[in-house]
Amino acid sequence: MASQERINLLAPGHRACPGCGAAVALRQILRPLGRNTIAVSATGCVETFTSPYDQSSWEVPWMHSLFENSGAVASGVRAALDVQGEKDVNLVVISGDGGTFDIGMGALSGMLERKDNVTYICYDNEAYMNTGVQRSGSTPHAAATTTTPSGKKSYGKIEYKKDVPGIVWAHDAEYVATASIAYPQDLMRKVKKANEIYGPKYIQVHTPCCIGWGFDASKTIQVGKLAVETGLVPIYEMEKGQPVKVKKAAEKKPIEEYLKVQSRFKHLFKEQERDEVIKELQAICNANIEHFGI
Amino acid sequence: MTEVKDFGRLMQGNEACAEGALAAGTKFFAGYPITPSTEIAEILAEKLPQVGGKFIQMEDEIGGMAAVIGASLTGLKSITATSGPGFSLKQENLGFAVMAEVPCVVVNVQRGGPSTGVPTSPAQGDVMQARWGTHGDHPIIALTPVSVKETYELTIKAFNLSEKFRTPVILLMDEVIGHMRERVQLPKQGEFEVVERKKPQVGPEQYYPYRDDGTGVPPMASFGEGYRHHVTGLVHDETGFPSNKPEMVKKVLDRLHKKISDHLDEIIMAEETNLEDAEVMIFAYGSVARSAKKAVNILRKNGVKAGLFRPITIWPFPSTKLQEHFNRIKKVVVPEMNMGQLVGEVERAAAGKSIVTPLNRYDGELITPVEIVEKVQEVL
Repeated sequence: MASQERINLLAPGHRACPGCGAAVALRQILRPLGRNTIAVSATGCVETFTSPYDQSSWEVPWMHSLFENSGAVASGVRAALDVQGEKDVNLVVISGDGGTFDIGMGALSGMLERKDNVTYICYDNEAYMNTGVQRSGSTPHAAATTTTPSGKKSYGKIEYKKDVPGIVWAHDAEYVATASIAYPQDLMRKVKKANEIYGPKYIQVHTPCCIGWGFDASKTIQVGKLAVETGLVPIYEMEKGQPVKVKKAAEKKPIEEYLKVQSRFKHLFKEQERDEVIKELQAICNANIEHFGI
Repeated sequence: MTEVKDFGRLMQGNEACAEGALAAGTKFFAGYPITPSTEIAEILAEKLPQVGGKFIQMEDEIGGMAAVIGASLTGLKSITATSGPGFSLKQENLGFAVMAEVPCVVVNVQRGGPSTGVPTSPAQGDVMQARWGTHGDHPIIALTPVSVKETYELTIKAFNLSEKFRTPVILLMDEVIGHMRERVQLPKQGEFEVVERKKPQVGPEQYYPYRDDGTGVPPMASFGEGYRHHVTGLVHDETGFPSNKPEMVKKVLDRLHKKISDHLDEIIMAEETNLEDAEVMIFAYGSVARSAKKAVNILRKNGVKAGLFRPITIWPFPSTKLQEHFNRIKKVVVPEMNMGQLVGEVERAAAGKSIVTPLNRYDGELITPVEIVEKVQEVL
């Protein structure tokens, strides 16, 4: 059941870095869910910055589980609610890309297969920011992290971003959407919609990280917009029996505009031979634009 | 030419571990970032490709340990590094490595537990997990360094023991040792021993992957070298194929234990300071041993004959070495950054001959020299 209450359920004074995209996402996610909500989080930035010693920013019941298990923990919470006849409680998982794409993939898959009534939301800052910027399965191709350093011979991460929305959709989930904090109305609408559908739902929210990506804290939303406008991060939603809905970009921006504002990609502009890598990233954008009709 | 004096360099414990691994000839790291061990991964991510090796950041801790097993069986000296929560996840694979006799090094830079615990304050709470974390009767070797330099040396030693005895070796550091920086002068390549695993001396037709050649450690062919190499976590006979015959089960488990227990003189290391005339022994390891050494100095200045026994190898436990002192030293103080883990082993070794008194902190803070001094004065 969605809430019409105009209240910020993420209390101020939390310890997120200035310009943190995940903190923006969290506020937007909790708004349509309202107070009648239980939240489960894996270890990660959100867990850390919302719960420093003797303070909590959560205005709803919340638990920090482990790194790999938030999908399974949520299954247990839902089962207990069902057994006790509690039908109208919103249950949401809020975990990062590390806890979703990598270590938590098995638990997420199990939750989806069981068709548990949970809205799983991944805030995607594209690396392990809480432990100091190590690559994740979500880190885009060619981004430098501390475990995919750039150098004379290395152009950063060799692998490509894992298509987790596609993996979730392949589980016959009820609803799969991507969103960005750059488009708050879109994100809140998707959370509200997912919450009203019975069964497993997945929303992946792109949350730029100024520390890990290397941009000024005032540019978080701009960077988020560029990711969408270049086509690198497609924003869409898939609902059973419905055609895919895609956020269009009137003017498609070249990938360089996104890359050059972030220090995780700055090595691509230092060496001549890195032009090929930029072209490859542009090709990924072009493929997204064509595939989704952006 | 002017002579350049080698003043050594300022180095972090985790960095010394990474450098030691490279010096030992490792060509493979697989793992998952976790504070306070992450620097080991980050440094090896940069350096392994430069020496023709491979670094993989795996999807989780389980994958990290499993990839290490795969790489070692395929011929590379392999290492992973983690802290408590990740060490828990690695346990099943660790047991597999013991059973299948896969050499590898597992670094655990301990932080406060249980569970996510106290990231990232120092603790020594994984001492018993290092011994018994994986299920079933199994031997294990665990080494624990006291300094940055010793971290370097023991990482090499851990590889040497693992290669020699075909067994996983745990390097049990703690947050203080992992994160502290000290000036170190490292030995040059060639100034320390580097052991390579024993390869088969027979052709593929005569090779049995688990046949004892008399040393207790079967020669090891790598995958892809043309030898039939059946590997399983099931109890197996010398062909590597599963067997549940009672005599075979006993034979294999006996050999797994004996290959370690028959070579304790090569495995067990300890540092003994001022014990010759001591009336009281402080038994301490890891970063706590640094406080203990200071405590011994303070006590000696105050006329108390104190000495330090510092186990470097904690598993197998150095009972025999300790027992040599218990005929004379009747008081032992055991400071540990846990609720009392190794103290039980000290009591077992003392067998009532000496009075063993624990001193425990498990609040995420170090044990200070003064706390140890006060405890010694209390028991005397």
